[in-house]
Amino acid sequence: MTDTVYGPVTDWATDFDHGAPEYNNNIHQIWDDLKAAGCPIAHTERYGGVWLPLTHDLVKEIAYDPTHFSSLTPVVQQLKPSEVLKEDPEALGAPIGPVPPISSDPPFHADARRILLPAFSPKMIDPWRTEVEEICNKLIDDMGDVNMIDAAVQYTQHIPVLVVAQMVGLPLADADRFRGWVDMVLGGIGAERTEERMAQFMAMDEYLTKHIEDHIENPRDDLTTYLLNSEIFGEKLSPRHVFGTILLLIIAGIDTTWSGIGSSLWHLASNAVDRRRLVENPQMIPAAVEEFLRAYAPVTMARMVTEDMEFHGVQMKKEDRVLLPFPAANRDENQFANPAEVVIDREENRHAAFGLGIHRCIGSNLARLEMNVAIEVFLKRFPDFELDTTEQVTWSTGQVRGPRNLPFRINARA
Amino acid sequence: MRVHVDPSKCQGHNRCYALAPELFDVDDLGNAFELNDGVVPAALEDKARLALANCPEFAIIIEE
Repeated sequence: MTDTVYGPVTDWATDFDHGAPEYNNNIHQIWDDLKAAGCPIAHTERYGGVWLPLTHDLVKEIAYDPTHFSSLTPVVQQLKPSEVLKEDPEALGAPIGPVPPISSDPPFHADARRILLPAFSPKMIDPWRTEVEEICNKLIDDMGDVNMIDAAVQYTQHIPVLVVAQMVGLPLADADRFRGWVDMVLGGIGAERTEERMAQFMAMDEYLTKHIEDHIENPRDDLTTYLLNSEIFGEKLSPRHVFGTILLLIIAGIDTTWSGIGSSLWHLASNAVDRRRLVENPQMIPAAVEEFLRAYAPVTMARMVTEDMEFHGVQMKKEDRVLLPFPAANRDENQFANPAEVVIDREENRHAAFGLGIHRCIGSNLARLEMNVAIEVFLKRFPDFELDTTEQVTWSTGQVRGPRNLPFRINARA
Repeated sequence: MRVHVDPSKCQGHNRCYALAPELFDVDDLGNAFELNDGVVPAALEDKARLALANCPEFAIIIEE
């Protein structure tokens, strides 16, 4: 197991590392141990100082308080925001942030978000169903007649990237490159900041800048052109704003949904009873997806403390970061009955997989559609499959958690 | 029974519209509102309760 630049974790209550592979591999055990030890808010000096609240109440309180908890840094990396600005004086600071609107604070946030909301409303997203079904079926066709597959490498990882590329108007042939960049941005938070890594960031910057310039010259019917034509406060969005939003759609739209689909299939490959129930009763899939979202929520967000303050007994300092582990909130026994148990027909399910408050995931309708269709198609084509337990499943590192390989044995196909 | 979506709490999670489209709709931004002045026919009371039990922002109010 590889450590981050900070070395091995000595104690999860006072020295946690959310970028270490060990964290995502043992995440439920780590949270349970912390809570059992009476530690509702863990802390680390790593990454410039980070807090980790674990209960639904605390996560909700922070998500609802953008005044004390800014969204400027949705991903907790090694550099603090002030250090990022020193390295790149052109980087967008508060209240816009580098990737608006996820990195924006009120009042700017609402206006930046309103531009995007109509494109992701349920009635605009629903018509994508046929497209997603075709993508999923083709991926399965491409697997051929083999009995052993890697459902992550051959299925889950491709679905969101193909959908997002079409929406944003990027060449589908470059899908692998985007996925590589996303993995670098999200998965490599604890990796050494080598020159090679920096060069990859530059390549991503150049690629997206070219993509935007091309859309300025040749407008087309996609989200990039839509953003370039959009206005905020009576003026066109700045090129930096458009760049940041495109980057956001790629980063937030790919790894997250891929992880959500992957964790769901991992569960079904390990639980024959649940798999059979869904094969026999496909109308139960939407409720099951909500339960997978609760139990295996992929995304942890983050906030930045705006001023020195006391918060539920801990002393937070300005520019400290606070992780918002919605997946931990989803397993709070004060909010959910039997939270550790996956109940695919759970009736009461106020899970926070897509966040709480003003930053609710703008792509939630698309993510839900992709998860529902991906599971529906997979179960239809492979009504019987199981996890090959001779191989290890690797989980991603960082704030988005999902399986990166899924060794499945296919026992029946239709 | 009557249902109401508190617009100051709704963040567009779209759970109520997905679970009970007979009782709720969403606007162009994806935010929910109740249909038919919130009046719930007896046959749909369970659906109204289901929507309430699945709203992450606790934005749905039921009056019985």
